[in-house]
Amino acid sequence: MQNKKTIFICCGTGCQANGSMKIYQAMLKAISGLNLDVEVIPDIKKTGCHGLCQKGPLVHIAPKEITYIHVKTADVPEIIERSIIKDEVIDRLLYFDKQQNAKVQSKSDWTFEKKQYRIALRHCGGIANDSIDDYIDKGGYQGLEKVLKTMTPEEVIDVIKKSGLRGRGGGGFPTGLKWTFAAKAQGDVKYVICNGDEGDPGAFMDRSIMEGDPHTVLEGMAICGYAIGANQGFLYIRDEYGLAVENMRKAIADAHSKGLLGKNICDSGFAFDAEVVRGGGAFVCGEETSLIHSIEGSTGEPTPKPPFPANQGLWGKPTIINNVETWANVPVIINKGADWFAAIGSEKSKGTKVFALVGKINNTGLVEVPMGIKLREIIYDIGGGVGKNRKFKAVQTGGPSGGCIPESKLDLPIDYDSLIAEGSMMGSGGMIVIDDRTCMVEFARYYLKFLSEESCGKCVPCREGIKSMLKILTDICEGRGQAGDIELLEEIGAMVKANSLCGLGKTAPNPVLSNIANFRDEFEAHINDKRCPAGVCKNLTKLYIDSKVCIGCGLCVKSCPVGAISGEKKQPHVLDEEKCIKCSSCRERCAVDAVRVR
Amino acid sequence: MSESLKIRTESLEIAQKYQPKRRYLLAILQDIQKHYNYLPAEAMETVARYLSVPLVKVYGMATFYKAFSLTPKGKYIIKVCDGTACHIKGSVNLLDEVKMILGIEPGQTTDDGLFSLETVACIGACGLAPVAVINDEYHGNLTPASLRQILEQYQGGMKDAK
Ligand SMILES: Cc1cc2nc3c(=O)[nH]c(=O)nc-3n(C[C@H](O)[C@H](O)[C@H](O)COP(=O)(O)O)c2cc1C
Repeated sequence: MQNKKTIFICCGTGCQANGSMKIYQAMLKAISGLNLDVEVIPDIKKTGCHGLCQKGPLVHIAPKEITYIHVKTADVPEIIERSIIKDEVIDRLLYFDKQQNAKVQSKSDWTFEKKQYRIALRHCGGIANDSIDDYIDKGGYQGLEKVLKTMTPEEVIDVIKKSGLRGRGGGGFPTGLKWTFAAKAQGDVKYVICNGDEGDPGAFMDRSIMEGDPHTVLEGMAICGYAIGANQGFLYIRDEYGLAVENMRKAIADAHSKGLLGKNICDSGFAFDAEVVRGGGAFVCGEETSLIHSIEGSTGEPTPKPPFPANQGLWGKPTIINNVETWANVPVIINKGADWFAAIGSEKSKGTKVFALVGKINNTGLVEVPMGIKLREIIYDIGGGVGKNRKFKAVQTGGPSGGCIPESKLDLPIDYDSLIAEGSMMGSGGMIVIDDRTCMVEFARYYLKFLSEESCGKCVPCREGIKSMLKILTDICEGRGQAGDIELLEEIGAMVKANSLCGLGKTAPNPVLSNIANFRDEFEAHINDKRCPAGVCKNLTKLYIDSKVCIGCGLCVKSCPVGAISGEKKQPHVLDEEKCIKCSSCRERCAVDAVRVR
Repeated sequence: MSESLKIRTESLEIAQKYQPKRRYLLAILQDIQKHYNYLPAEAMETVARYLSVPLVKVYGMATFYKAFSLTPKGKYIIKVCDGTACHIKGSVNLLDEVKMILGIEPGQTTDDGLFSLETVACIGACGLAPVAVINDEYHGNLTPASLRQILEQYQGGMKDAK
């Protein structure tokens, strides 16, 4: 049966939004209608995210290693006819790699993949996302078996400590050390929690892992359970993540039926169970004490630390809470050893990090890179550079807790510490590329608006401080900025950082302070000249068409929702400033950059 | 059976899928929200009694978590993604367009009960930014003009509610 082919259809959220489930159905139907030889009937697998979401839906065929992009249901018969029944490659559906200036047959040869190193995402896209057998075939649950049969709990913690693994949820706390606290804490009931709340608006790596490789998370949690003496795990997953919840629940049930969860796992006498808790949609619930209160059935408000959850967490019991991606690393470290892991990455940040590379970038998607890689490599080599040939302005990391890194710092090797030194942070892994058409004042306002809605309101510095910073920023964006506003923002920011109860408030001013530090001139243009250089703030923007540049193609006329543009074909067009609502649709559409900001 | 009694009976049935423990409050409310598209007052009272939790705590949950709504939502729920990637690709312009066409702000429902407008913080389809989801259907790479066309289809009844 060497000829047996496997079709991997990406059914991650990005590809599903592009209709990949329809392709999956169409494949099944087309195959069943064909009366093929058993030998020829391919395995058709729904998988998690393959990475390059921009080109979805992605379909990969093994063993010939052909990757098709932007597949449509109409392509299904041809794919089966030519690539399954025969062994041909359909050129039309291959990815054109701009950097190589050629069509590339297999995704493993894409430039996008070249500098990546997959540990946490090692199975995403390569196994059926609802199959425990696929996971086991790839060596899954061997880590758990190894610790149960050959290691003491202390040895397990020692391996994690030596590996240098740090929490991937943002803070970067050493995972092994945290486990030691819980292992030493007194009490016969302890808990393990997976933080799958992923609140950063612009990050979807945890979701992709939970959807695409749920068992690795469960295995990591069970290993920790053994190490610290806990028998119950909870997975707190955002309610919006329907597929993650579904796949995780199925994974739990399947693991039970194979005796990999439940009582007496692998005949070792160790018992461990896990349960999914759906989050209620509050960003602050990603903060560990809030999350714990939410599982307990209360509103998700944070409480001061100490006591830390490792000593007093869920229902007052010692609790280890780690991020999804952290869990996904654990089984690999156990299997391959601490030294192997510690050899990857930078001096103080070991291993890899998954980033959601999005925004004004050519290759949008999920990327996993070794720590210490330069931002420039991620953006230009993996990401293929800024979209539409625009000018790179900054890259935002750390979401609402982070900041923007300007062009001058592109050679920064990224790890936990270097990002903090730049006034940003790793955060959960959102990486948003920004070009010259993003207004840094409005961008700071965007995060503060998000945070003002998500602040739980319990402590005054966060609740009132964010609100007043938001008001100042809104005023600046709408043309009411005054001299002294920047200094006032800095002053309030410092106060909120110093005095807030939890991490939400402690980091909330970062987007503002970092933008002021790096792009002060843009703030000043808004306040002093009443002008938004990026052309985003509507009260401060006037658009016009440069008659010397316009070629009269008429694209802008079609894109304008209010009919503000007129002109004869092949003649320079005119934009009626009275009618214009400054949505910039025309500017985005124009191929020759004739729509300008005054 | 009166409407109110019906809600009490139904919501008790939903609650009874869980043991009467405080920790299931969030899950029960989520199931009720899914069932009615909002949390009817009678349902919250029923749940409070079932779990022996003060009604004020239930109400506190209902107003704290974004997943819950205290008023009925429209037949079509338009979720404009305002995650970071969508934001910098112009989701604000999409929101403005919907506001202009339907005359509602995020969180509101049109008088005819047809549309509700919401913003969401990242639905993880950043490759298609800017994105809007109408009921369960994704629409990517939107512009104000293309969104207008899509809404017109819904308004004209050319799309069925899922
Ligand atoms: C406001 C706020 C939001 C957070 N959101 C998340 C989140 O969405 N996911 C996550 O894993 N950690 C989040 N954290 C960090 C958690 O509090 C906690 O540090 C983390 O789950 C620990 O896991 P780790 O050590 O594996 O990173 C958040 C923290 C704060 C202050």
